[in-house]
Amino acid sequence: MNNRSHFSLYRFSKSLSQIFVNVILLIISFLFLLPLVVVIAASLSDEKALAKNGYSLLPQGFSLSAYEYLLLDPDRLLRAYAVTIFVTVVGTLLGLLVMSMLAYALSRPEFKWRKPFSFILIFTMLFSAGLVPTYLVVTQVLHLKDNILALILPYLVVPWFVFILRSFFSSLPQEILDMARVDGASEWRIFFQIVLPLSTPVLATVGLFTILLYWNDWWLSLLYINDPNLFPLQYLLYAIMRNAEFLTSNASTGLLTSVELPTQTLRMAMVVVAMGPIAIVFLALQKYFIRGALIGSLKG
Amino acid sequence: MCLPGILLVIVFSYLPLPGIIIAFKNFKANLGLWDSAWVGFKNFEFLFTTKVAWRITVNTVFLNSIFIATSIVGSLGLALLLNEVRTKWLARFYQSAVFFPYFVSWVVVGLFGFALLSYDNGLMNVTLTRLGLEPIDWYKSPDLWPGILTLTNLWKGAGYWSIVYLAAMMGISPEYYEAAELDGASRWKQITSITLPLITPIIIINFLLSVGRIFFADFGMFYYVTRDSKLLYATTDVIDTYVFRALRQLGDFGMAGAAGLYQSLIGFLTILFANWLVKRVDPDKSLF
Repeated sequence: MNNRSHFSLYRFSKSLSQIFVNVILLIISFLFLLPLVVVIAASLSDEKALAKNGYSLLPQGFSLSAYEYLLLDPDRLLRAYAVTIFVTVVGTLLGLLVMSMLAYALSRPEFKWRKPFSFILIFTMLFSAGLVPTYLVVTQVLHLKDNILALILPYLVVPWFVFILRSFFSSLPQEILDMARVDGASEWRIFFQIVLPLSTPVLATVGLFTILLYWNDWWLSLLYINDPNLFPLQYLLYAIMRNAEFLTSNASTGLLTSVELPTQTLRMAMVVVAMGPIAIVFLALQKYFIRGALIGSLKG
Repeated sequence: MCLPGILLVIVFSYLPLPGIIIAFKNFKANLGLWDSAWVGFKNFEFLFTTKVAWRITVNTVFLNSIFIATSIVGSLGLALLLNEVRTKWLARFYQSAVFFPYFVSWVVVGLFGFALLSYDNGLMNVTLTRLGLEPIDWYKSPDLWPGILTLTNLWKGAGYWSIVYLAAMMGISPEYYEAAELDGASRWKQITSITLPLITPIIIINFLLSVGRIFFADFGMFYYVTRDSKLLYATTDVIDTYVFRALRQLGDFGMAGAAGLYQSLIGFLTILFANWLVKRVDPDKSLF
């Protein structure tokens, strides 16, 4: 009988559920972003107002003094940035190279060490010697304490990434590689001139995960670095969390003693400075991470 | 071609293996690993008679179990919600908002937590006081921390996992839904009889893989988010934090080695077991 009103009721309930879904997701998004907003607001607050009124969603007595303070004596901060950038760039490029070379060899069916080498990689995912023996090898055998290599080498080969790369290389059209072989190209040449250029999507994905791994790392510095000159960004942040004065490389020499240290706002400004650029980059490149998450869970 | 890679793996993963004997030694730095005295199972005896092993194991397994359950339910729910959004730019905004914690380091999360939980002026206590309630000394109340850490874990990982589940949902052929719609099935009915059953295999695999790592805690969360507060150890001290402390703060290498070896061994068995189960569900997804 009233087909039309039935139809519009249907439409109505549909848009009602759309509103419902969106309201819930808006609340969830707000809760997820809440800590970020609070920290940014605190970094833009006036130290005394923050101490008095507490953290909130809006800056307390707007002030840029925390950032000004960071700029006043930026040595520590710039050094930490330099260490992090160096470690991330070198680690990612070298890691990608070493891992793809390994993965390419493992993807060749005729490679006779394929099985044992794959097992060597898999076994590390099952059993590890643990923290103490590893710590002893790095500090006593390799003598890498307070050496920037200690921040790079341990993460160069991530077995899981090697397997992701290997399954991608195996899925490449083998005829092209075979044709190159017939033409007398060496495996090295095939690897660099055919395999790598064809593999940019997977290299981008693994590369981004590696960048994230190095950029956000505090573990290796917590274990192996005591020299403040080698502190990466995350570890500097941790040092400041424990002691805000740490940021001032020459607090005792008089230059800054006249300025009162805005401890709380400074810490929060430091969080923003440490996180800001990379967070924006990663949000922009989200789709590669999503792709990576999918390779990880759907695996080849 | 594979030499540099294999060499690195051997140096960083296999060279340390003989070092597990440190668990059976009274390690003295000046004597070195080989010349330190053997003490048999002394280190383990201490661990297991003082209940330390019991506490850190229970904390690790208990918290990880809650994390696994809440993370699956939470990210699945989130994925179902995201799957319903029909407005493109809103969908993208929600995804970014829930994905962003994944890119943040635990050190930063620790400071986020401090802004919320600091006794004097953290957002939580400011809000509580404004509502006329007593402020809570969060970093001194161990009972609250299983809950706080569960929320932290959910916040950090739900975005990533919901995107995994969402992609699986988007892979479901629209024909199923069209047919269901013709039969007059409600959206909720479609979710329970099409969406959920079809992505169950992925859920099971993720569940089993996390169970395989149930004896390994996320050190960064337990160390930075709790601010390594001694008053919270009763509920937040896990195997990984204990090993780290024994090594770096107490300098007791033998004890740290013993706790670490204990973790490696039970971890090894659970991973093997989980892998065996994964293989029975879907041979393609097993580790070997």
